[in-house]
Amino acid sequence: MYGLFLRHFFLIKSSLPRILDLIYWPTIQIILWGFISKFFSMYSEYYNNTLGIILTCAILYDILFRSSISFNMLFLEEIWSRNFTNLFIAPLKIKEIIVALIFTALIRTLIGLVPAIILTAPLFGVSILKLGFPLFLLFLSLYIFGITLGLFVSAGLLRFGPSFENIAWSSLFLLAPLGCIYYPIEILPHFFQIIAKGLPLVYIFDETRNILLNGFVNYEYLIHAYLLNLFYLIVGISLFYFSYLKARVKGTLINMGE
Amino acid sequence: MSTQLEVIELSKTYHRKDAVKNISFKIKKNEIIGILGPNGCGKTTTIGMILGLLKPTKGRVLINNLEIETKRVDLLNNLNFISPYIELPKKLTVKQNLEVYARLYDVKNLKSKIDYLVEELRLNEIIFKITGELSSGQKNRVSLAKSIINDPTVLLLDEPTASLDPETGDFVRGFLENYQKKSEASILLASHNMAEVERLCSSVLMMKNGTIIDRDSPKKLIKKHGRENLEEVFLKLAREKNEFK
Repeated sequence: MYGLFLRHFFLIKSSLPRILDLIYWPTIQIILWGFISKFFSMYSEYYNNTLGIILTCAILYDILFRSSISFNMLFLEEIWSRNFTNLFIAPLKIKEIIVALIFTALIRTLIGLVPAIILTAPLFGVSILKLGFPLFLLFLSLYIFGITLGLFVSAGLLRFGPSFENIAWSSLFLLAPLGCIYYPIEILPHFFQIIAKGLPLVYIFDETRNILLNGFVNYEYLIHAYLLNLFYLIVGISLFYFSYLKARVKGTLINMGE
Repeated sequence: MSTQLEVIELSKTYHRKDAVKNISFKIKKNEIIGILGPNGCGKTTTIGMILGLLKPTKGRVLINNLEIETKRVDLLNNLNFISPYIELPKKLTVKQNLEVYARLYDVKNLKSKIDYLVEELRLNEIIFKITGELSSGQKNRVSLAKSIINDPTVLLLDEPTASLDPETGDFVRGFLENYQKKSEASILLASHNMAEVERLCSSVLMMKNGTIIDRDSPKKLIKKHGRENLEEVFLKLAREKNEFK
C-alpha cells in the first residue's frame, strides 16, 4: 500500500504543473463563486447576507468533486502510463489497491482545497472553519461519497477499459443539479425531489445551511447522510470487485493500455 | 528437478472463439522454455492466465503446486513479467520506479537490492533520469530490473528483446542466461526471435490457433522437420493448414 502511495506521491512531487492543476481549479471555482455570491448579496434582497452560505457550499461541493476526480485520476494515470498490468501482477489484494487509492485521493484533495480555503478569508471574509467540529463530519461525509463515485467510475474503467474515460469526467456534473448544493430541495420538481432524497448530498448541504443560518447541528440529517454513504460505499466496493472479476474473464486487465 | 510451473488442460474462450485450446506443459526449476507461434496464436493469452490476469475457461495453472486461481496474491510474490507492451510510470525517475516496485513486492533490504540491480543492469548513468525520457534499450533494462526485483522463481518474458538494437538484445540475453543460472528460476519465453529461442531455451512449444502443435528441444525440432534452423521450422508450421501433429 505504501508503495502504491509512493508511486503517486513521487508523480505529484516531481510535477509543478500537476500541483498547479490541483490548486488551480478549486481556487478559480472559489473565486468565481465568491464574486457571484458577493453580487447577489449586494443586489438581491433574497440573497442578502448569505455570501458565507453560498461560498461555504461551493467549497464543500469541491471536496466532493476533488475526492472523486482524484480517485479517478489515480486509476487513469495507470492506464495512460501503460502501467496498469504491472499493478495487477504485483502481489496486491484488491482491497489494498482500494485503500491505497482512497488514501492518496485524500492527499490530492487536501493539496487542492487547503489553498482555496485559506484564500476565502482575506478575499471574502468567509472562513469555512467557522462551521467548527461539524465541518469535519460534513467533510468526511462528502469525501466518502466522492470516493464512492470514484469507485463507480473506476469499476467502469476496469470493466469497459479506457473508453469509459469520458464518463469519469462527466459523472459529477450529472449529480450536481440533484445535490441541492446552492438551493433547498423544494426548488426541484417533485420527481427529481424523490431521486434527490436518495442521495446523501441533499442532507449534507441542507445541514450546512442549517448550521450557518440557525447555529445548531441537526444530527438526524448527518446520520441520514452517513447511512446513505454506507449503502453507496458498499455498492461501490462490490461493483469494483465485480468489475475486476469480469475484467479477468474479458481480458481487459491485459489489454488495458491498447 | 522439481516442477515450478505446470499448466494443465488450459483453455480460454472469448465470445465462442477459442483463444487457447486445452494446452498442457510443465517448466522445471532452472529451465527456460520457449513459446513460438504466429501473432494471435494464444501466447499472450497463455501468459495472462499464468499471471492470473485472465480467468481460464477451463484448466488449471499450478505454481509450486499451488493454484494461481486460489492463491493468486501469495504466488505473485514469486512471479514477475516483462513485456514491451507494458511500461513503467513515465514521469517517475528510474530510482523512484524501482523503489515503488520494491515496496509493492515487499522487498527486504531495499537499498542494497536497488544498488545490485543498478550495477548488474548498468543503470548507473540513468538512475536519476525520468523513465519516459529514456531510449528503448534503457527502458528495457529498467523493465528488466523491475521484473527481477522480487527474485522471481517463475519469470515470464513476452518478447523481451523486441525493438532492441543487436548489442542491447545480446546484453539482455546474456543477462537472462546469468540470472537463470544464479537463481535457478523457471523462465517462459515468448519470442519471435528464433536465434534468441535457440540460444536460451532447452525446449520449445510451437503454438498455432490456440493449441500446441509441436514441442521439443530446438535441435530436435530442426532435425525432425528437416530444416536448417528454427526459423524455417516456424515458417513451415505456421504455413501448414491445420496439419497438427
